[in-house]
Amino acid sequence: MKTFVPPKFIVERNRDRCINCQVCVRQCTFGTHYYDPDYDEVLSREGNCVGCHRCAIFCPTGAITIRRNPLEYRENDNWRPEILEDIKRQAETGGMLLTGMGCDKDQKIYWDHLVLNASQVTNPSIDPLREPMELTTYIGAKPERVEIDPNTKALKTRIAPQVELSIPVMFSAMSYGAVSLHVQESLARAASEFGTLWNTGEGGLHRRLYKYKDHTIVQVASGRFGVHPDYLDAGRIIEIKIGQGAKPGIGGHLPGEKVSADVARTRMIPTGTDALSPAPQHDIYSIEDLAQLVYALKEATNYEKPISVKIAAVHNSAAIASGMVRAGADMIVLDGLRGSTGAAPKVIRDNVGIPIELALAAADARLRQEGIRNRASLVVAGGIRKSSDVLKAIALGADAVYIATAALVALGCTICQQCPTGKCAWGICTSDPVLTKRINPEIGAERLYNLLRGWSLEIKDMLGGMGINSIESVRGNRLHLRGIGLNETELEILGVRHAGA
Amino acid sequence: MVTVLSKSSAVEIDAMGLTHKQMNARLREAVAGGAERIELYNVFGQKYIGTDLNRPVEIHIHGTPGGDLGSFMRGPRITVYGNAQDGTGNTMDDGLIVVHGHAGDITGLAARGGKIFIRDSVGYRTGIHMKAYGDRQPIVVVGGTAQDFLGEYMAGGILVVLGLDLAEDEAHRAHFIGTGMHGGVIYIRGKVNDYQLGKEVGMAPLSENDWTILRPLIEEYAAHFGGRAEEIIGRGGFSKLYALSLRPYGRLYAY
Repeated sequence: MKTFVPPKFIVERNRDRCINCQVCVRQCTFGTHYYDPDYDEVLSREGNCVGCHRCAIFCPTGAITIRRNPLEYRENDNWRPEILEDIKRQAETGGMLLTGMGCDKDQKIYWDHLVLNASQVTNPSIDPLREPMELTTYIGAKPERVEIDPNTKALKTRIAPQVELSIPVMFSAMSYGAVSLHVQESLARAASEFGTLWNTGEGGLHRRLYKYKDHTIVQVASGRFGVHPDYLDAGRIIEIKIGQGAKPGIGGHLPGEKVSADVARTRMIPTGTDALSPAPQHDIYSIEDLAQLVYALKEATNYEKPISVKIAAVHNSAAIASGMVRAGADMIVLDGLRGSTGAAPKVIRDNVGIPIELALAAADARLRQEGIRNRASLVVAGGIRKSSDVLKAIALGADAVYIATAALVALGCTICQQCPTGKCAWGICTSDPVLTKRINPEIGAERLYNLLRGWSLEIKDMLGGMGINSIESVRGNRLHLRGIGLNETELEILGVRHAGA
Repeated sequence: MVTVLSKSSAVEIDAMGLTHKQMNARLREAVAGGAERIELYNVFGQKYIGTDLNRPVEIHIHGTPGGDLGSFMRGPRITVYGNAQDGTGNTMDDGLIVVHGHAGDITGLAARGGKIFIRDSVGYRTGIHMKAYGDRQPIVVVGGTAQDFLGEYMAGGILVVLGLDLAEDEAHRAHFIGTGMHGGVIYIRGKVNDYQLGKEVGMAPLSENDWTILRPLIEEYAAHFGGRAEEIIGRGGFSKLYALSLRPYGRLYAY
């Protein structure tokens, strides 16, 4: 069928600079560039371009510029070009629109409406370059109170398992199969070297990555792929995945073409079959059932590891968070509207779930009101883009954050949203053995380590400016936040005052 | 409450009044002490029996175990003299569970190895999302009948439902059998109407090869619970249910 969907991008090739070396032809995985022997020239099929900029970055002479196709239809604020194109694409295929990464729509980003405080005159700021600053964070249930033996000064209270992080930032779940093994290895190495954790996602743990086990969160999701006693033992934390911000309430499936022999071995399913993740976990239909799985995992690992439960942030997630804590979770994770995915129906990604800032503030407040905030660490994911987002999240009540999109961007991702095609030109979201080589785990780990180092310096700088020398003192300290351009309801939910007040 | 019967190989545990945490701690302790056979008495709903033991120890349960019996289990061989509850063999890795009675919902959920024999009937979604890989092949054998969504999302393994409690010509009661099935096989004895099957499932008579798989399982069933395999086989009415596609949901999306 003739497609009525116009090219999204325009490829401009500067003929004065192009030396017809065909690097662009080899780098593009979507077939945009090709060599025409008749003209003895490299040419482009613009309709194929996804705007990932791989060719532009790798062109040795800087001859390529990718521009958005202006698509100057008659102005219409209602029938925008994206809506027209979506309808046409569905008319041509009869399918659900599938996309990757997180919601790209213009729902309010609350991080950008929150500002941090700093010390002026009335208390001194701290210079983090010359004074100690503490970012160390412990994940795990904290006791109601601690008792110390007055004679021996020894701790009498039994402390639940804790995991130490050198920065309150962990790498969020990305499964092997969705991302390549090299991406996972980059994450695992960076987490190990920096002193934080990475997360296997639900695709099992490749044998090659068991050596990073002290820095690994292993996930148990509805598909239960690659879940066995060795896998559970390998995890520093075991995470039950109920939902994901990009696709709350729905399952997923890794298409058969991505289930290579190696992915199959790790997931323990036959090569080439669809790896179906059911929408619910069929052993969890209630908070009581969740408690049963939490304790099944505690029993399976002799109560030696914190058990995490992750849900997508939805309308009543604060109440659910309370249930999760009461079900015995040592860490709870809320994943917001902007959380990413390797594949989700666009309609779900863009329309289901709530912004993480509101979910976080509501959950933290609820757990405090109920007097159970200490029983679990609260981790948020979905839309953490920079170090200031991290600090604002902690001031809103988070113990730590998860990042995934930011980590992939560090590895080269340009958020072109082609993840479900498996053709990622940056070699990230693919199981193609050739494309996978585009990420070198050593360099990948270095890039991720650098990102964490940069953020950690920035967080210390912001803390110092606030006159605070420990991240612990900012946790849930909403007085350090002010809102800008927020209405009464928003301020009330966030628990912050407006700037100036 | 742990009684050593002979040397260190056989152990008795009175579970009366113990929480699951206390009871499973005793089991770990007994196994670490070299127990090879453990008799659990007065079991009243304690969950997760058999998990985190990682040895082919024999466990005999007298009473009613709680949910998630043998969850994430690798190795133990459990016999229950009574009924089992929901989640029997949940994500089980290896070992054996024999239940002299009924079992509840999601029996064998996501199991990836080991064998489960249920003498009587099972609840909803039995064998859901079992998967096989290489030499790992989860097997669930049910003597009676199953409720709806039997073998849902099944990705591998063998599910046998013998329908021994059905009268002649009486159809199974389960609907949506094998919905989303994309691997493995279900052998079912007794009448199943087309409308009871998920749309991803095909039905066929058993081949010689199927019988070489099924016959030993029926013999094993008879060995556990009494009766004669030949008598069960002689009743006839066996069908094989199989996945029509490895990729049941291949054509849903536009990119």
